[in-house]
Amino acid sequence: MTSYLDHAATTPPRPEARAALARGLDAANASATHLAGQAARGLVEEAREDVATALGCSPHEVVFTSGGTEADNLAVKGVVWAARDRSRTVPHLVTTAVEHPAVLDPARWLADRGDVRLSVVPPRCDGRVEVERVLEAVRDDTVLVSVMAANNELGAVNDVAVLAAALRSRGVAFHTDAVQAVATLDVDVTGWGVDALALSAHKFGGPQGVGVAVLRRGLGVVPLSHGGGQDRGVRSGTFAVGLDAACAAALTAAVAERAAVRHRLRSWTDRLAAAVTALEGVERSGPTEPEHRLASHLHLLVAGVDPAALALTLDLVGVAASSGAACGAGAATASPVLEACGLRGTPLRLSLGWSTTEAEVDRAEEVLTAVLPALRAGAAPAPAASAVSPVDATGGS
Amino acid sequence: MARVLVAMSGGVDSAVAAALLVDQGHEVTGVHLKLADLPLDEQVPGHGCCTLDDAQDARRAAQVLGIPYYVWDMSEVFEREVQAPFAATYAAGSTPNPCVTCNERVKYAALLERARALGFDALATGHHACLRRDGAPVVEPGAGAQLHRAVDGAKDQSYVLYVATPDQLAHTLLPIGELTKAAVREVAAERGLRVANKPDSYDVCFIPDGDTAGYLSERLSAAPGPIVDADGAVLGTHDGVWRFTVGQRRGLGLDHHERRFVTDVDARSATVRVGPREELACRWMELAGPTWTMGRRPAGTVRVQVRAHGRSVPGRVVPAQDPERVRVELEEPVYGLALGQAGVLYSCDDRVCLGGGRVVAAERPAGLPVAASPSA
Repeated sequence: MTSYLDHAATTPPRPEARAALARGLDAANASATHLAGQAARGLVEEAREDVATALGCSPHEVVFTSGGTEADNLAVKGVVWAARDRSRTVPHLVTTAVEHPAVLDPARWLADRGDVRLSVVPPRCDGRVEVERVLEAVRDDTVLVSVMAANNELGAVNDVAVLAAALRSRGVAFHTDAVQAVATLDVDVTGWGVDALALSAHKFGGPQGVGVAVLRRGLGVVPLSHGGGQDRGVRSGTFAVGLDAACAAALTAAVAERAAVRHRLRSWTDRLAAAVTALEGVERSGPTEPEHRLASHLHLLVAGVDPAALALTLDLVGVAASSGAACGAGAATASPVLEACGLRGTPLRLSLGWSTTEAEVDRAEEVLTAVLPALRAGAAPAPAASAVSPVDATGGS
Repeated sequence: MARVLVAMSGGVDSAVAAALLVDQGHEVTGVHLKLADLPLDEQVPGHGCCTLDDAQDARRAAQVLGIPYYVWDMSEVFEREVQAPFAATYAAGSTPNPCVTCNERVKYAALLERARALGFDALATGHHACLRRDGAPVVEPGAGAQLHRAVDGAKDQSYVLYVATPDQLAHTLLPIGELTKAAVREVAAERGLRVANKPDSYDVCFIPDGDTAGYLSERLSAAPGPIVDADGAVLGTHDGVWRFTVGQRRGLGLDHHERRFVTDVDARSATVRVGPREELACRWMELAGPTWTMGRRPAGTVRVQVRAHGRSVPGRVVPAQDPERVRVELEEPVYGLALGQAGVLYSCDDRVCLGGGRVVAAERPAGLPVAASPSA
């Protein structure tokens, strides 16, 4: 059997999402004024309301995007450019070294072209970012702080609510990338007090190609794409009715069973962690306190094992996991997140999701406890490779 | 049936190699080697083995064939074992063959070792060369395989595979050597592989624009010296011996009516010597670090080839003074033999590749010392 433990890269679509997508494919253009268009627009607005309910914000604050990367880009570039246009000076942006490239790359790109002055806050060695370090980096000209709710590799959870409150009192806008968090962590836009938030549907049981940017009222955002003026002019382009509806259906379902999923996954990741850390040369990385790490993530560092050998061996025996980010060509590359945390060793991320079964966990435990010692001893167990079609996961997110 | 790892460059040959292995019933896994880190703006699509397009083409071929596919970053070992020695060999006044070095130090070393450690029975490549056991094409790994020239003589690559040892050949499969290039492309087209009409690559893979001197000038500092003729008369100057290789005619920058060739390169004195073609004639050579595909040094009459796509000439293996070396005397001269190149020996009927070594000494016109042996 195959044990798919890469839900942090993509989690399978939920039945609710499949049904909503199928319905939405028949939709007319949601901006058309005829009855068919009105019906289509009804699906989009219903989806918007469902997302708003799930996240604790107003439907007017929900913008559907093509995914987490676009949502992050919209928040970072959009807010920085709006502030620059307002003040006609070069504003200051604070982010962290453990952010996803969808935040760090636009931030560095803006800095390189002189649109922003950038401070990048280093993490603790467990991947968390200290609120004090972030606040120390904030200056009078800071217009935006972007700190992820939880890290995609280590599963380290940050004190987003504490940070948001402190920034609010200083009048600085706060964006959080909640792409990895939302499947198991109670994301609450109002409760947290964030000004912008990014989600990606395929991380919580929706289809690939759609995401959400929450942009709170009063937050100035310059659009990235111009055209028909859809979505308050922040994001032009024909509404993707089916994708938006599927995204909302998945999020509603994910939120409804989130507590149960969290409880289930935490017991499984802890069980797997106990089994593999009993092996020599295998350590669990990331925060030690359960409330500081995502229930879905188990990040390991294995000493004395070749990363390419580990990836191939696990894959061919039917355990799909992430052995690191991939470069453009597809080769595993050193993780900037682990580097920033000062962590060394061959990384292995096992991430569980809503559809994970106990049998998959059992299988993973059996394989890992056999394969890791064998690989460390320099010999690979000749695996009876099942006819698995390799999942084309980039593993980066 | 064997577990086979096939190295997929993104070209048509290795894609078809993978297809044939699948047809033969092997359990096939594809791997693409990331060998060099070329900046995007230096990547020439379809040239060399280091571009993103090639990685995509290899991935797509694996998908079409339904085999697992991985990318392994071997750029560190490639830099250390191939690129750095490549420049160093030129700097020492010799002319390296990086494909031979890559096969010896990367494919038959790092890659084959990793494959075997991971439980693979064989490593397959898309080289145009044949493995035969008892005269029949080899389709299962195992002892007793002989390395033959490819069926398609114009495409034969047995020359760059001479470094393989019997143990390595026992864990090697060369599926496409029995096919002509045209047949390889036909198979690719039949299988719906989009690389079916992809142009062949001829250049050194890490110098996709073919400008070796430009590549070297970024790695080596200028070391000016004279260009002299057979009598020692200075005809001009140069800014580094690495710009020259024995037999070279173009780019000498000499204003001269006669056709002049580089006849010798001496790195120690930074001297480049030129002369007429007759001075290029070479009737003996000595090979260092010899390896033998069947585990034994050939004796007596052989055929000798000194260029990847050159013609072989008859010669004899004779004892060298240095027991670590092999001396080969040629029955007819070869012209333009650069030190550092591979001297590869074939059976008298010119069909079986027996092995060979690096040319570290060769007949040179009198007057200049023979250059120092290159390390690689």
